[in-house]
Amino acid sequence: MSGFNYHKASDVADAAGKSSSDDALPLAGGMTILPSIKLGLSDPSDLVDLAGIGDLKGVSVDGDTVTIGAMTRHADVAGSADVQQAIPALAALAGGIGDAQVRNRGTLGGSIANNDPAADYPAACLGLGATIVTSNREIAADDFFKGLFETALDAGEIITAVKFPVPAKAAYEKFPNPASRYALVGVFVSDGPAGTRVAVTGAGVNGVFRQGDMEAALGGSFSADALEGISVSEGDMASDLHAASDYRAHLVGVIAKRAVAAAAG
Amino acid sequence: MTEHGIGVSVKRKEDRRFLTGNGNYTDDINRPGQTYAYFLRSQVAHAEINGVDTSAAEKADGVVAVFTGADLAADEVGGLPCGWGLTFQNGDPMVEPAHPALAQGKVRHVGDAIAVVVAETKKQAKAAAQLIEADLNGLPAVVDMKKAIEGGTLVHDEAAENTCYDWAIGEKADVDAAFDGADHVTSIDIVNNRLIPNAIEPRVALAEYEAASGDYTLYTTTQNPHVIRLLMGAFVLQIPEHKLKIVAPDVGGGFGSKIFHYAEEAVLTWASAKVGRPIKWTAERSESFMTDAHGRDHVTHAELALDKEGTFLGLRVQTLANMGSYLSTFAPAVPTYLHATLLAGVYTTPLIYANIRAVFTNTVPVDAYRGAGRPEATYLLERIVSKAAREMGIDQVEIRRKNFIPSDAFPYQTPVALQYDSGDYEATLSAALEAADVDGFAGRREAAARDGKLRGLGYSTYIEACGVAPSAVAGALGARAGLYESAVVRVHPTGSVTVFTGTHSHGQSHETTFAQLVSEQLGVDFEAVDVVHGDTSKIQFGMGTYGSRSLAVGGEAILRAANKIVDKGRKIAAHILEASEADIEFADGSYTVKGTDKAMAFGEVALAAYVPHNYPHETLEPGLEESAFYDPLNFTFPGGCHVCEVDVDPDTGVVDVVNFTAVDDVGRVINPMIVEGQVHGGVTQGIGQALLENAVYDENGQLLSGSYMDYTMPRADDVPSYHVSTEETLCAHNSLGVKGVGEVGAIGSTPAVINAVVDALAEKGVTDVPLPASPQNVWRAIQEAGA
Repeated sequence: MSGFNYHKASDVADAAGKSSSDDALPLAGGMTILPSIKLGLSDPSDLVDLAGIGDLKGVSVDGDTVTIGAMTRHADVAGSADVQQAIPALAALAGGIGDAQVRNRGTLGGSIANNDPAADYPAACLGLGATIVTSNREIAADDFFKGLFETALDAGEIITAVKFPVPAKAAYEKFPNPASRYALVGVFVSDGPAGTRVAVTGAGVNGVFRQGDMEAALGGSFSADALEGISVSEGDMASDLHAASDYRAHLVGVIAKRAVAAAAG
Repeated sequence: MTEHGIGVSVKRKEDRRFLTGNGNYTDDINRPGQTYAYFLRSQVAHAEINGVDTSAAEKADGVVAVFTGADLAADEVGGLPCGWGLTFQNGDPMVEPAHPALAQGKVRHVGDAIAVVVAETKKQAKAAAQLIEADLNGLPAVVDMKKAIEGGTLVHDEAAENTCYDWAIGEKADVDAAFDGADHVTSIDIVNNRLIPNAIEPRVALAEYEAASGDYTLYTTTQNPHVIRLLMGAFVLQIPEHKLKIVAPDVGGGFGSKIFHYAEEAVLTWASAKVGRPIKWTAERSESFMTDAHGRDHVTHAELALDKEGTFLGLRVQTLANMGSYLSTFAPAVPTYLHATLLAGVYTTPLIYANIRAVFTNTVPVDAYRGAGRPEATYLLERIVSKAAREMGIDQVEIRRKNFIPSDAFPYQTPVALQYDSGDYEATLSAALEAADVDGFAGRREAAARDGKLRGLGYSTYIEACGVAPSAVAGALGARAGLYESAVVRVHPTGSVTVFTGTHSHGQSHETTFAQLVSEQLGVDFEAVDVVHGDTSKIQFGMGTYGSRSLAVGGEAILRAANKIVDKGRKIAAHILEASEADIEFADGSYTVKGTDKAMAFGEVALAAYVPHNYPHETLEPGLEESAFYDPLNFTFPGGCHVCEVDVDPDTGVVDVVNFTAVDDVGRVINPMIVEGQVHGGVTQGIGQALLENAVYDENGQLLSGSYMDYTMPRADDVPSYHVSTEETLCAHNSLGVKGVGEVGAIGSTPAVINAVVDALAEKGVTDVPLPASPQNVWRAIQEAGA
């Protein structure tokens, strides 16, 4: 660690300006970036803290859309009566991220901007057909996640909120890595205004992805039985100590069925 | 029994400071003028060192000095010694390669230290280390033991076929004959997984040299300060004992990994004199993963011969035991004298042959880890016994009962050197069957099946040998040290007591247990007894804490010293009370003249010893302090029965431990709460080995499981509430009747878990699952059985 300059941004424009250089990074909780710096895996010149920007926090429900500020902590999403009421699967997902310490510091915007291939929130965004609102524009979740730790964000572009359409049915099931407890396989399913969606995190060799065959089957009948016999390509699966690609492919099927059963139940 | 005496669950004295954040650990200690060390470590598993250029690092900000292996060699600093010498079957000594404290010539594992930087701050030391240029010529890594013994690349040139020793116990021809006449032979292949100890407190060392006196002090996270003083002082640095002080203050867990003498201790002690300032080193967690001695790592093929009724006729075992890249302090003894000698278990198997081959690889050294050899022995025995029962259609309990050493057969001489002094295996088995509600298992299995789960029940009836050790026996077997323990009991003038023990507590609750012992023995208040340990300048001598020895050996030494106090007090009381010594009775802290009401409290006797106005000066010295060295006559043999019940999710391979019952015979129990806690911790580690923990190297010798992201430590939600109880048979050769409890949980539990998993999966055709039974491994076992 060679040290960095710390800035506390006053508003979104200030944050965007200060984090526009190549070596600067927004700080949105720091649950990934700070350990990365300590381990020598990241060495930013500047960290631009978004924590002081009040506009970026909070949950609002407007008809059939739940809007969550980018700097809203996981614990606040998990504990929000509005989220629990409108999209209980999303509240439950937030309540299962990391541990209590992470949930009390980590934020929605920080999670999806980082796009860890085993993170939970990308599955929710993709699985609900969310819209990511930034300092510049609105990006459909389908266009946002671009592979391992890659997103559609430009340098200096700040996520301000995520808009989630309220589904008719939804559930998230996570099969944790036994050691890290990140998702080895996490599947978010939903049926609603954004269509029938199956988003898989943790498993894919390129990060979070939608499983088209399953979505098609569920479009016909939203039931676990509809997924019977659908196989997931091993070639698309990540492989590590805890799960080789064949086991991950198998787990995607099992966990998807459980998610559908929970959503349909 | 007094309020705080033997058998009472007294709350722990040490918890006052631990629970209020007032513990004093090595890293809490700071010395004036202190500097910080950072070790540059090899990132490759095997390479020749062409040169190490430290010139840039020496010029970096804050750097005081940089040292390499060449500097140690120039000062004739010795290699780290091994404490136990084994032999090949033909009597040749084991191959014992040099173990330089900083690498010389070659690096042999990822984490092997190449250089050390001493700087004003930790950050400066670490930054400067990045400026060191080590010119390394990479060599192929030796990782897999089966490939290692084929020869090819050698970890040490002098160790042909990478073999440290090839050792055997038992008469092979007799055992082979038993197999020839057997009705049934069950065989099993086992990989006993490598574990990483992961004490919550990483290793820390702080060395200081006082030029004016020539005295060295090393504060270090060790389980045995005097052993470190002996090994480092006599063998590495040639510092005589009276000039070398080792202090091991509060230590946050060891599990064996802090027994051994480590390179950092020697390097810091040596360097503190070179730079003339104190030097501190605190391991980062990733350093702990790649430098703390690992545990287990056996590859075994075993066969059990039985007659048609299921009586054991013979056992044949072949084990490859991983030593890692260098011999750690006690490594050679673990797979031999702590493993092969345990292969009779609780059974009357008449003939046993074991061949143990110790193998060098380019991995972190492997040494004793909670149980040390006995978990490996218990695992293979309890797995093969369960497998034999399944193959022969014999009930799991029945096959064990049929082969138990009966309770009236003690002392029992096994065919593998040990003589068991006491035990009652039927008692612990039947208590466990009842506590585990084995009768209700069939109903629970049906209920689980309705939820889509496969429920299984597994047993382990085990024995272990602890209380190491009779020195004469250990010496005959190759130990290079004695294994007695010492104690001093110092009674102060007003009757309070300080106990000095050569054992060391790093979680074992000695301050409480030993105080209970002395409180009971001397009849003084529990709060009036303090226990001191962990400082060679305060403690007379000691061999430390490992192998569940502290109470059975160290406690006995304390008891004997306390009894000398009682005897001396009797002489003082006889003089003052004007009675004959034979007429003085001591009970409840009071000396009484038999048949009279003439009495003196213990405290009054103590005062008389220190204010000897009316005192038998002709025959007795003033003062009231006694010491004892105790060398045990035999090992102690705790044993018991563990019963595990699991649910397996056949779709994912996830194993859920739903019930776990441990009924252990640890001899007399001093503090039931502490014993229960020890069993809880040990069982959790045993379940960890069974289901979660696994050290994995790739073919290049990179440690893939080098952090908690990939190394699965057991967590509270991985285990159920346990049913723990004890059944006592007393140790026959120590006066307390104690056997030891530190390791039983980790020894007995692992096979019970895996036997339960195999039982659950039997209907799928599965006969074996590898360690650890991780979700993937279980799922794969199901797939392979169904294929």
